[in-house]
Amino acid sequence: MSSPDLGESSGLSSAAEGTPDRRRAWLSESSATEGLSFWLVGFFLLVVMPLLNVLPATDSWLHVSDFTLNRFGKFLAYAILALGIDLIWGYTGILSLGHGVFFGLGAYAVGMHLMLSIGTESVYGSALPDFMVWNQVKELPLFWKPFYSFGFAVAAAILVPTLFATIFGFLAFRSRIRGVYFAIITQALALSAWLVFNRNETNLGGTNGLTDFKTILGFRLSDPGMQRTLYVLTVLSLGAAYLLCRWIIRSRTGKVLVAIRDSEQRVLFSGYSPANYKLFVFVVSAALAGLAGALYVPQVGIITPSQIGVLPSLEMVIWVAVGGRGTLAGAVIGAVGVNWARSILTNSFPDLWPFFLGGLFVAVVLLVPEGCVGLVRKLSGNWFARRAQPGQTAGGFGVGASVKRGLR
Amino acid sequence: MSATPPSAIERALADLSSQDPAAQEASVLMLSEQGDPALLPRLEELRANADRSVRLVIKPVIDLLKNKVNLVSDDPDTRRSAATDLGTLGKPVAVPWLEAALNTESDRWVRYTIEESINLIKLASDDPATKIAAATKLGELRSQNALPALKELAQGLLASSGEGEQQGQQGLVASAASQAIERIETWGSWANAIQTVFRGISLSSILLLMALGLAIVFGLMGVINMAHGELMMLGAYATFITQECFKAYLPDTLFDYYFLVAMPCSFLVAGLFGLALEASLIRFLYGRPLETLLATWGVSLILIQAARVIFGDLTSVVAPSWLSGGAQVLVGVQLPYNRLFIIALASVCVAGIYWLLFRTGVGLRVRAVMQNRDMSACLGIPTRKVDAYTFAFGSGLAGLAGCALTLIGNVEPGLGQNYIVDSFMVVVTGGVGKLSGTIVAALGIGGLNKLLEPSFGAVYGKVLILILVILFLQRRPSGLFSIKGRHVES
Repeated sequence: MSSPDLGESSGLSSAAEGTPDRRRAWLSESSATEGLSFWLVGFFLLVVMPLLNVLPATDSWLHVSDFTLNRFGKFLAYAILALGIDLIWGYTGILSLGHGVFFGLGAYAVGMHLMLSIGTESVYGSALPDFMVWNQVKELPLFWKPFYSFGFAVAAAILVPTLFATIFGFLAFRSRIRGVYFAIITQALALSAWLVFNRNETNLGGTNGLTDFKTILGFRLSDPGMQRTLYVLTVLSLGAAYLLCRWIIRSRTGKVLVAIRDSEQRVLFSGYSPANYKLFVFVVSAALAGLAGALYVPQVGIITPSQIGVLPSLEMVIWVAVGGRGTLAGAVIGAVGVNWARSILTNSFPDLWPFFLGGLFVAVVLLVPEGCVGLVRKLSGNWFARRAQPGQTAGGFGVGASVKRGLR
Repeated sequence: MSATPPSAIERALADLSSQDPAAQEASVLMLSEQGDPALLPRLEELRANADRSVRLVIKPVIDLLKNKVNLVSDDPDTRRSAATDLGTLGKPVAVPWLEAALNTESDRWVRYTIEESINLIKLASDDPATKIAAATKLGELRSQNALPALKELAQGLLASSGEGEQQGQQGLVASAASQAIERIETWGSWANAIQTVFRGISLSSILLLMALGLAIVFGLMGVINMAHGELMMLGAYATFITQECFKAYLPDTLFDYYFLVAMPCSFLVAGLFGLALEASLIRFLYGRPLETLLATWGVSLILIQAARVIFGDLTSVVAPSWLSGGAQVLVGVQLPYNRLFIIALASVCVAGIYWLLFRTGVGLRVRAVMQNRDMSACLGIPTRKVDAYTFAFGSGLAGLAGCALTLIGNVEPGLGQNYIVDSFMVVVTGGVGKLSGTIVAALGIGGLNKLLEPSFGAVYGKVLILILVILFLQRRPSGLFSIKGRHVES
């Protein structure tokens, strides 16, 4: 119900440069329309959606149910993750198939705090999390203890992935592992993490993961008001992440990143050290993934190893591919769009979802390598080329219409 | 013994059914000593009609007699298990039978088992001298089966305290037993080491079978085919279908040969699918390895789900009888035939690929394209055709690997996923363009995997290998062996 609007206005931002200077359009996005659409979408997500949830009567067609709002919170958390992947894949050209791990680290950090704040409300009535009682762990493991503090948990949700990415990225980029090699290594990382999180003796809940959360900072998680707060928090984080990414790609660093994507050797020969830039962007995107995980857990209420393994990590990449890599709006559109489609399809045709997802992979790569946003740009570019002389600036209204067509 | 009148036997048989334990015991002893297999049918008949307590009394007699009959069977495996059973039953009456069998036995491992059983029975005797001899002999035999009995004996002797001469003899027995235990345990750890090495080679050859196709395609086109595991799955299902066809349409006697037909079938099925995949998808993505990776992963998702819809979750292939069982090479070291077969298959594949690449015209072209695509094209080599055929060949190899995998596991839609990341690691570690790198990497990763498994567990072993691979790539970023050249862009 809100996605077409989201698509329209974010698409508008990037589609507005269906102008002849494609190269410039690819690198930077014209600021006036982008700024406008950013605030429009932001206003819609931040104010209109929650208001529609609170104000209209539940049977009104305008009403946004608690469930829908919660679902959107989840999609938008994924969108933060997608921004990170776009930064590293879309802009820098490094394909990481291990972002599920960073997402998982963030999610587990907050999940552990939520697990501890259940207290004695658990099934077994013990202060320990249920799965520990089940596994006959008598005492809380040492690394769990700091997670009693909410602040620590949130900090860890971002810092642990950051630290992990720093070490891993340092080793990988220093030895110039790149391209397919990097993809494979990160995939192995995702597999290893999945295996380790699945074990019972790591005391992270094994296959069942962390779930059955009750409260956060003393408020009931089941309370719609709390869920609304979390939703608003997610929207604000997404906005902040978007601005951060925009700032990075517009800075000199961002230009180097795009140059690395286009020709790493030339960057190297121009006297830059690609490894440092790559490490930087890898770490930033890992931190964004951790933030996404931290926002995801309290809204969805469960985190299991199956959400961080090889398959989900690959899926995250395809969100960005579908939306349009190399454009920040594309990452957001892709994450929300694909996950929305997923929640509809898995509900009505559970058997068909893998076919759809697989088909999406093939179709996007083969037919629309630049994703929805790229497609829209191309279409609107053609449209204007036919309508007007090249060089004329595009009017926002008409572009919006063609964006809608492109999305259908 | 022949002096025993038939009437006595009849009476003993009758006594078995009596409610008097003493009489029952006596007749059991007598019948066992008699050891006449001709009595078996009568005993069976008795047992069938008797109540539970009597059945319990009769059972040891029947077991003894049955195993005595089996001891002279034509099948070495039957003889061997009969000898083992007699040893476990531990009835001294069986010793002369075993000794008689030993004199006529020619099979090495049956002889071994018979000797083991004889000494196991003797170990339980009351005479200290016999005990010492038996313990020493068992130690010489390095019999793993005797370990519990020996340990029990040694502990029992340590716990009890005798008087004078008795004590001295007990000490002798105890020292003989502990020496034997030590000997057996030393050998046990050796045997374990050998088994570990074998398991490592076996895993390596599986990885190699999978990585070969992957490495050729990667080396030639710079493309990682994420659907490689699913091509393996196709091969496995081709094997399954071949088996079902043999079951349905051909006589039972031919069933064991289905595997020989399944191998070329799975190669062809996967190869043809690879050809189609190349023509319809990969062809359009040349020079974009990351996109190819994503697209082929999409294909793999579709294939997995299709297999799940068509075949369901789990189907299993019955290994042909000539591949079940194993070859015993040393005491405590048994090598399963199916694993040996996979090792042999991998070796044959490696040899075949080397021949193909280095001794044929086609191979020459493939190598030329691998080293310098543009120059080869200038010299008139149809590079796109070479790509297509190579991709099909690599896919076929995946199918063959899938066929081999049916020997050691179930056929399921997720079959390809189990090993695929490992085989990617092999390719990455091995480097591009040289098969020797792939071979060494497969041996290294497979061997290391099995080496680390006992002490770290399968999961942490895998994690450790990932760390090791990353550290290794610090030293050699382009893998073990790579074509040396003045390439600026990789």
